[in-house]
Amino acid sequence: MKGFKIVGGVLPGFGPTLGYTVFYLSLIVLIPLSALVFKTMSLSWHEFQAEVTSSRVLASYRLTFGTAFLAALVNAVFGVLVAWVLVRYRFPGKKIIDALVDLPFALPTAVAGITLATVYSGNGWIGRYLEPLGIKVAYTPLGILVAMTFIGLPFVVRTVQPVLEELEAEVEEAAVCLGANRWQTFRRVLFPTILPALLTGFALAFARAVGEYGSIIFIAGNMPMVSEITPLLIITKLEQYDYAGATAVASVMLGASFILLLTINLLQWWSRRYAER
Amino acid sequence: MEVPIGLKQNKTTTARHKGMSEPLLVRWLLTGIALAFLGLFLFVPLAALFSQAFEKGAGAYFAAIREPDALTAVRLTLVTAAISVPLNLVFGVAAAWAIAKFRFPGKSLLITLIDLPFSVSPVVSGLIYVLLFGLQGWLGPWLDAHDIKIIFAVPGIVLATIFVTFPFIARELIPLMQAQGNDEEEAALVLGANGLQTFFRVTLPNIKWGLIYGVILCNARAMGEFGAVSVVSGHIRGVTNTIPLHVEILYNEYNYAAAFAVASLLACLALVTLVAKSIVEWKLKASG
Repeated sequence: MKGFKIVGGVLPGFGPTLGYTVFYLSLIVLIPLSALVFKTMSLSWHEFQAEVTSSRVLASYRLTFGTAFLAALVNAVFGVLVAWVLVRYRFPGKKIIDALVDLPFALPTAVAGITLATVYSGNGWIGRYLEPLGIKVAYTPLGILVAMTFIGLPFVVRTVQPVLEELEAEVEEAAVCLGANRWQTFRRVLFPTILPALLTGFALAFARAVGEYGSIIFIAGNMPMVSEITPLLIITKLEQYDYAGATAVASVMLGASFILLLTINLLQWWSRRYAER
Repeated sequence: MEVPIGLKQNKTTTARHKGMSEPLLVRWLLTGIALAFLGLFLFVPLAALFSQAFEKGAGAYFAAIREPDALTAVRLTLVTAAISVPLNLVFGVAAAWAIAKFRFPGKSLLITLIDLPFSVSPVVSGLIYVLLFGLQGWLGPWLDAHDIKIIFAVPGIVLATIFVTFPFIARELIPLMQAQGNDEEEAALVLGANGLQTFFRVTLPNIKWGLIYGVILCNARAMGEFGAVSVVSGHIRGVTNTIPLHVEILYNEYNYAAAFAVASLLACLALVTLVAKSIVEWKLKASG
């Protein structure tokens, strides 16, 4: 931490800027979020339990968290590969491809949703080649996996890439001198080094996929019990004026977000400590 | 939680010996697999988007964009961004100043709380404002009695947008200002500058590029937000539809060409954002 040592040191403006930060944070984030917490607490335990464990809701958790986990796994494998190729190899158009990796951050989710649904539908650019193989992507849970992979794609690449860039050549040279082949060097030397960053990227991609709504609903098919994600279920309940149900399920999602946020903070703390060693 | 949306710091990749790389065939194979993966998820969909947008010709494309409902959506999106981005800019600069330039207890907690909107589902982000200001909500009855509409109206859309774009600028500035330290500001103060002069003449030029990129990123997200805005908007056509919501309506009406035409506007915004990021990274590298 390079910040100033003593509170209110030589630089002015600590009081007003911190005061404004806390005020604005409370107004926009903390008070509205507490509305959800209080509204949930106004439900009786019995009501709450009935809402968050109904079979339709449970099916949506399984689908949302399970598919998000698979999507994060896909991104972990291919994210490391993409980061490796971008850092280590040269090929034409590399700069442009590197920049495009961020596209899922920048492209609005609804736009991604309608595009993926069209491309992966039976007569779409990619779907038409998968359908003869018996693989239906759009309007099935597989479509949800595709959308979740898309929106989580930059996370692993962007967390692993800087670690690979900073890696000292000496470490690998030492492994080679000690007689390791390329695969052994990767497995025993490189992989342990990128592991904390990889897990961080995995957790970020998972967290993003769990909460995602816009890019999924167009491709999912949205059949209750089969392809209905939890965020959509919240909206469905809200549209039926079932405020208690929507609030209860949303509070479960919020709890999951908190746990993921803490996990990611721990992982990032671990990565930093690892990098400083 | 540090979301890797930040600018890359200047780094030079270390040169490697020939014996430390894979055989040519392995390199080609790995590059091929990586590009195939990116192709399936990024390049093909991006190309398909623009192809679909112009499927019925340029005439239909421009007609879809100039249609009155589309224009209202564009106007509402611009208004929303014009309110939410400056508010988050002021917050981002204030938060970055307090967090990067000073040490105080509870700082990590404060950073975690600033990150919260990143980890909350967009649907939940919208819902919390419905619970606060909706008819069933805390302030709903009072607002209704005074004839103030927030939910299913423009103020709700603006609030939800502020929430989801809340951390972007602060998150871009904090690491940048921490890396720069306090030396230059302290020198300016010793030379007799006051606080504001120090900020505008010393700090601001130093963080200029990070600030510009933060604003661009925040703006892209503000114009493109769908989930949170969808919950609070009420989908009143030509009144409370932003561009992404208008795209949804067109798509659900099977008016695909028009949906993709309007969506291509947002895709262009995303591409401009990526180009801006590359330019800013290049500028940082040149100046660093």
